[in-house]
Amino acid sequence: MWEGFTAAETQALWLSLRVALVAVAAALPPAVATAWLLARYNFPGKALVDSLVHLPLVLPPVVMGYLLLIALGTTAPLGGWLWETFGLRFAFSWTGAALASAIITFPFQVRAIRLSMEAIDPGLSQAAETLGAGPLDRFVNVVLPLALPGIIAGAITAYAASLGEFGAIITFVSNIPGETRTLPLAIYTAIQTPGGEAAAARLAALSIALAVGGLVLSEVAAARVRRLSGR
Amino acid sequence: MTLSARIDHRFPGFRLEMEFSVRHPGLTAIFGPSGSGKSTTVNAISGLLRPDCGRIEIHGTPVFDSATGLDLPARRRRIGYVFQDARLFPHLSVRGNLEFGARRSPEPPTSAEQGRIVEMLGIGHLLGRRPATLSGGERQRVALGRALLMKPRLLLLDEPLAALDQARKAEILPHLERLRDEARVPIVLVSHALDDVARLADEIVVINEGRSVAAGPVDEILSRLDLLSLTGQSEPMSVIVADVLHHDVQGGLTELGFNGGRLWVARVDADPGAQVRLRIAARDVMLAVERPSGISATNLVPGHVTEINAGPGAYCDIRLDCGGSILLARITRRSAERLGLGPGREVIAVIKSVSVNRQAAAAPALNLPAG
Repeated sequence: MWEGFTAAETQALWLSLRVALVAVAAALPPAVATAWLLARYNFPGKALVDSLVHLPLVLPPVVMGYLLLIALGTTAPLGGWLWETFGLRFAFSWTGAALASAIITFPFQVRAIRLSMEAIDPGLSQAAETLGAGPLDRFVNVVLPLALPGIIAGAITAYAASLGEFGAIITFVSNIPGETRTLPLAIYTAIQTPGGEAAAARLAALSIALAVGGLVLSEVAAARVRRLSGR
Repeated sequence: MTLSARIDHRFPGFRLEMEFSVRHPGLTAIFGPSGSGKSTTVNAISGLLRPDCGRIEIHGTPVFDSATGLDLPARRRRIGYVFQDARLFPHLSVRGNLEFGARRSPEPPTSAEQGRIVEMLGIGHLLGRRPATLSGGERQRVALGRALLMKPRLLLLDEPLAALDQARKAEILPHLERLRDEARVPIVLVSHALDDVARLADEIVVINEGRSVAAGPVDEILSRLDLLSLTGQSEPMSVIVADVLHHDVQGGLTELGFNGGRLWVARVDADPGAQVRLRIAARDVMLAVERPSGISATNLVPGHVTEINAGPGAYCDIRLDCGGSILLARITRRSAERLGLGPGREVIAVIKSVSVNRQAAAAPALNLPAG
């Protein structure tokens, strides 16, 4: 199956999958917390939080990459501190690509989870409360299972979007083969290279297959969970 | 004291000022029209709503006291709450729902107790099902079981029958009767349906516009003529507790005894000595000033008039004392004048029809044979 692909191309594919997986997993907990906050609570500055969450949707990805670069570059105060204190380096590293993807796709997760949380009858939490369940107990055993269709849909959408992230990654962590050259960057590189049209076509076909597969998977998973959760 | 509550709470445009207590361990109904503050009252008792001011005590232990700042969270009050819409967890099976409260109870039910409750509610065959596949009546029974399995100190039922059609209601009423008689948990039932209250309640707290206006035993409250308009009773009725004396198997009849006399009704499915609850609509009671002869009705109960109230249109409502039991009759004002009725006057009540419910288990409403 891999015969048509060069080693560098399969490397780009696996890197893409890994970056997207880490991005989605890292963004999931804060996305669940943010969605719950926005779905159930009213507080001063809620509109501001809502706008911040959605900012990556409207901001050009290149700008997002630029902002990350000036905040987390090894010479920037925050980036330097992380590097010296924890040995954590985002700039020009695949972890930086994951971070950029996580931020860019954060709104997809929050929106899907928030929608499913808003659809939960608050009376169910009250019922759980009268049955002896505390706040964390109610969240884990009532809210999370009922929000699962939204969590899965959000994660899969975010995963698919992560696979396609280009602007923020190339701006923040550059285009380093084997480190930050994900599929979109590899396609871009192939197009820039004389005689690379065939490689670009192969990688593009791969991207399309991944995207379609992700969407189908998302629908199947959401339908199954809805059935299991009795809704 | 099972429950004592003083609740003062303001909403925009509405103020609840309830004060009542429940001494009786059986079923107490909080009865009143929609919007009178019934649900707010039980929400405050359960701990789901924090009143502005007041004090709530359960079995002598305060759970809320605005004077000392005490406000026990709902999850620590151990009050079972059955909501009008059941509120079963859709992601859990019936078994998972039943276990939800049981697992969190400081005093988990034994498997024998679990089995007894499941059997009493007739939900054993539903354990593997999802709530979405249950009928309305089944959902309410599971919700009842879920609340009972946490071994509550008090059970609150907020209009558990209101969302059900007549058939579903008939299906769940016997279970509520059994619960009242067997579960040994004091029950507070919120309802605006007089029929349900008359059938189920031992005591009634009448609430109107956010205030408790009357409280007492069901027979006394429902026969109080001054409360008729408040309780929304278009048709006044008397509630009488009677004993099964014996059956006339050939005639298909049962003789009942109460402290006002004896009544023959169509055969009741209960052993002699069992208690039954009778509901007699005031319009099914005729009055005679001397013992009538040659009529088809067999149930003649002597008594004397204690009160006469104007009823709707041409009618008036007459309250009788029959050996200590209260009986209401609705007759025309013209008849009352013709008979010269007034307080103290001895009369014979001719009872045309009686609804019988067993105190302990299911029985459909029965009617008298002869009218």
